[in-house]
Amino acid sequence: MPAVQETVEQVRRIDVDQYKYGFVTDVESDKAPKGLSEDTVRFISAKKEEPDWVLAWRLDAYKRWLTMREPTWARVDYPKIDYQDIYYYSAPKKGTGPKSLDEIDPAILETYKKLGIPLREQELLAGVVRPEGERRVAVDAVFDSVSVATTFQEELKKAGVIFMPISQALKEHPDLVKQYLGTVVPVTDNFFATLNSAVFTDGSFVYVPPGVRCPMELSTYFRINEKNTGQFERTLIIADKGSYVSYLEGCTAPMRDENQLHAAVVELVALEDAEIKYSTVQNWYPGDANGKGGIFNFVTKRGDCRGARSKISWTQVETGSAITWKYPSCILRGDDSRGEFYSIAISNGRQQVDSGTKMTHLGKNTTSRIISKGVAAGRSNNTYRGLVTAHRKASKARNFTQCDSLLIGDKAGAHTVPYIEAKNSSTVFEHEATTSKISEEMLFYCQQRGLSQEEAVALVVNGFVKDVLQQLPMEFAVEAQKLISISLEGSVG
Amino acid sequence: MNAELRQVKTAAEQGLADAFAAARGSLPGAAAVAALREAAFGRFVAKGLPHRRVEEWKYTDLRALMREAKPIAAPPGVPEKAQAKDAGGMLGSLEARRLIFVDGAFVAEMSDLTALEPGLTIGSMADALAAGEPLVLEQLSRPADDMALALNTAFMGDGAVIAVREGVALARPIHLVFLHAGKPAAIYPRSMVDVGRASRLALIESHESADGRDDQVNAAIDLVVADDAHVDYVKIGAESSKALHIASLTALIGANARFNAFVFTTGGAVTRNQFFIRCGGDNSTIRLGGVSLLKGRQHADTTVVLDHATVGCQSREVFKAVLDGASRGVFQGRIIVQPKAQKTDARMMSQALLMSEDAEADNKPELEIYADDVQCGHGATAGALDENLKFYLMARGLPERDAEALLIQAFIGEAVEGIEHAGLRDALMDEAVRWLGARV
Repeated sequence: MPAVQETVEQVRRIDVDQYKYGFVTDVESDKAPKGLSEDTVRFISAKKEEPDWVLAWRLDAYKRWLTMREPTWARVDYPKIDYQDIYYYSAPKKGTGPKSLDEIDPAILETYKKLGIPLREQELLAGVVRPEGERRVAVDAVFDSVSVATTFQEELKKAGVIFMPISQALKEHPDLVKQYLGTVVPVTDNFFATLNSAVFTDGSFVYVPPGVRCPMELSTYFRINEKNTGQFERTLIIADKGSYVSYLEGCTAPMRDENQLHAAVVELVALEDAEIKYSTVQNWYPGDANGKGGIFNFVTKRGDCRGARSKISWTQVETGSAITWKYPSCILRGDDSRGEFYSIAISNGRQQVDSGTKMTHLGKNTTSRIISKGVAAGRSNNTYRGLVTAHRKASKARNFTQCDSLLIGDKAGAHTVPYIEAKNSSTVFEHEATTSKISEEMLFYCQQRGLSQEEAVALVVNGFVKDVLQQLPMEFAVEAQKLISISLEGSVG
Repeated sequence: MNAELRQVKTAAEQGLADAFAAARGSLPGAAAVAALREAAFGRFVAKGLPHRRVEEWKYTDLRALMREAKPIAAPPGVPEKAQAKDAGGMLGSLEARRLIFVDGAFVAEMSDLTALEPGLTIGSMADALAAGEPLVLEQLSRPADDMALALNTAFMGDGAVIAVREGVALARPIHLVFLHAGKPAAIYPRSMVDVGRASRLALIESHESADGRDDQVNAAIDLVVADDAHVDYVKIGAESSKALHIASLTALIGANARFNAFVFTTGGAVTRNQFFIRCGGDNSTIRLGGVSLLKGRQHADTTVVLDHATVGCQSREVFKAVLDGASRGVFQGRIIVQPKAQKTDARMMSQALLMSEDAEADNKPELEIYADDVQCGHGATAGALDENLKFYLMARGLPERDAEALLIQAFIGEAVEGIEHAGLRDALMDEAVRWLGARV
């Protein structure tokens, strides 16, 4: 049965060979010498004009990193990374940091325009005709190792919200950063987090003061541009008592033959009654159809529900990267706190995904919810790995987990590795997982009602990931849907 | 992260090394068997006792749980054998052919070897090793990655060698009764069961010992179920609450076969039941189940690796744990569906009932799937008894303990009813009721 033209296009768009963000922007850049040593760490710290305590913190991390070994437990297989063959710092050349958007290299602005990321806030503000009720988004754009622009700073300042590159926050709000940095993901947490602690270059810093509901969505857009560069950003978000913030993150990289390393750390802190919603659309370059090139995405993301009744919600749509190793987690420390994890992970070509979450129940009456949807196509492997644990004192902890996998084609693999540890009798943990291909009955039913086979497949897949899509903020839902609308040609009939 | 680093030998590891050095000359078997033992022990020495950094043993850290190595059991004398008179009594009047093993050694004179059905042969593993039986050697020479299995191969003493010829349906179950009676010791039984095409066998294995004994048992069974055969296997662990008990069942299942396994655990300080099951033929049906009733500081681990390598097999797993006191229940279930195993239908459920503040349940149900036209699922729950149900029963006049007992019976009943043999099902339910009655 011939595919409808629309489907063919959608497939082409998602197909690994058709990665549309794969262009390179030609900007002169300022790099640290290749390789990692104490000097590199000092170089980065000096470039960032950081206070002494940050340098000491980095050097401590570096020394510890030297004694650590790369983890091997994940179900991923990749060539050994040569940590001396990476540039740890790369910044677009341009004197000191830009004061306004006009000072930014037009080539970079052009890049973000191509990516569809609006940096020109004045345009946005004076926007031609804005649809009723459309929300505005403040963007922090990170290009290789540095943040190039953060929009809507003024307006956010009025609300008391601090949203700026972390390098700037280290200068302007050192006490605030010092109080929270490394308290959720400690320096020695794991191999990649420790590496990040030593060489992190930039990232976003958000502080929402008590009782403030952040007036707009905050967003960071990460772009790896330079060759042989690793990207090591560090994001720290603090929601003070009773505040609310929604944060979005997007990522792309050029198509290159060699693998590039992305080892980020994200720390979230929610104090009493605060809520943080963190959404990611990860679309790093996945490598070509034969598995050549692509980003190694080794990310440590963790949220700490430190205060009572706080809430942290992770939503992720993972379509990119050659290797994904990522477990956004929640530490439910405050009583009555709540953690959520919604994930769609789609792998195609030769991608390998090992992703999931950790819900650590420490406080009383804590609840968590995990909804994970994996779709494995091509020759990819897609693993859900999750831990739910309730400690002795976490009375009345509750968890509900559902992880479903859909297989497309007989060359792909879908795996589920959950760990469920109940150490308190009043715990109620429920876990379900299923793996299947699209149900013939459902397709038959849809076709009975007059849908074509293609439409029926699209409908069923849409239903499969719906639970998660609903959790995404509007702006991302559209992009995500575009990414996900894969045709499942060949998987039926 | 330092899993590969070989640490200093623990007292138990040193003890095992000493025991092997001392016993290697006297263990049954000729040169070929000795070579297998050496190789297996070499694998153990290279890795040591499994610990929490070894993924498969994450929740049962033998390095910490096994403080010392007991001496290898001495051959039973007359007084030890005398104790075996009433062994296997927990199954009451169940009609079965009983084979008695005292301290791991086969006691032919006490076993029921009369009127063997045509096509059934029963022998002792020690004899088979000494005679160098080719089929037994071939089976043993399949190397196992698992450390417990390697240790068993290194030290194996005696056990049963049972063969059921093609097309023979045994009406009576065979009951392997293991009793530990001599000085507390390390016991390594190894049995081999070969069930021919279109045959039928019900096999029961039970382990018991007087309370207070701290034996270290490492038992293993190799089972081959040929095409169209039907095998029921029930294992009962009712040893002293101080015993260390590790058991491994390796099974290869043929086409269109039926295999039901059930493990019932109430005894042991540390128990681990491992199942390594491989579907080697198309369209087989596999049903695994288990009930652990634990109290005090008992620790029971059920680990299942079910490898679907062929087309159209169906598997169902239902495991239940009732955890009282400061006990710990562990379930690790791994379903693998190989690329060629299309049309596999695999489902796994593991549920833990936490009866006390200090109990702990650890669940790790894994799916590893490489074929697309399959239906696989798993579920896991952990929680306390439903207060509403309890209230309902108490409102009807039942005392609290009785209400709990009734609900627990219903909870484990779901797993027990998977046993096909009615007599066994009733006997195990009676055991469970006895256990519940003993709760204070």
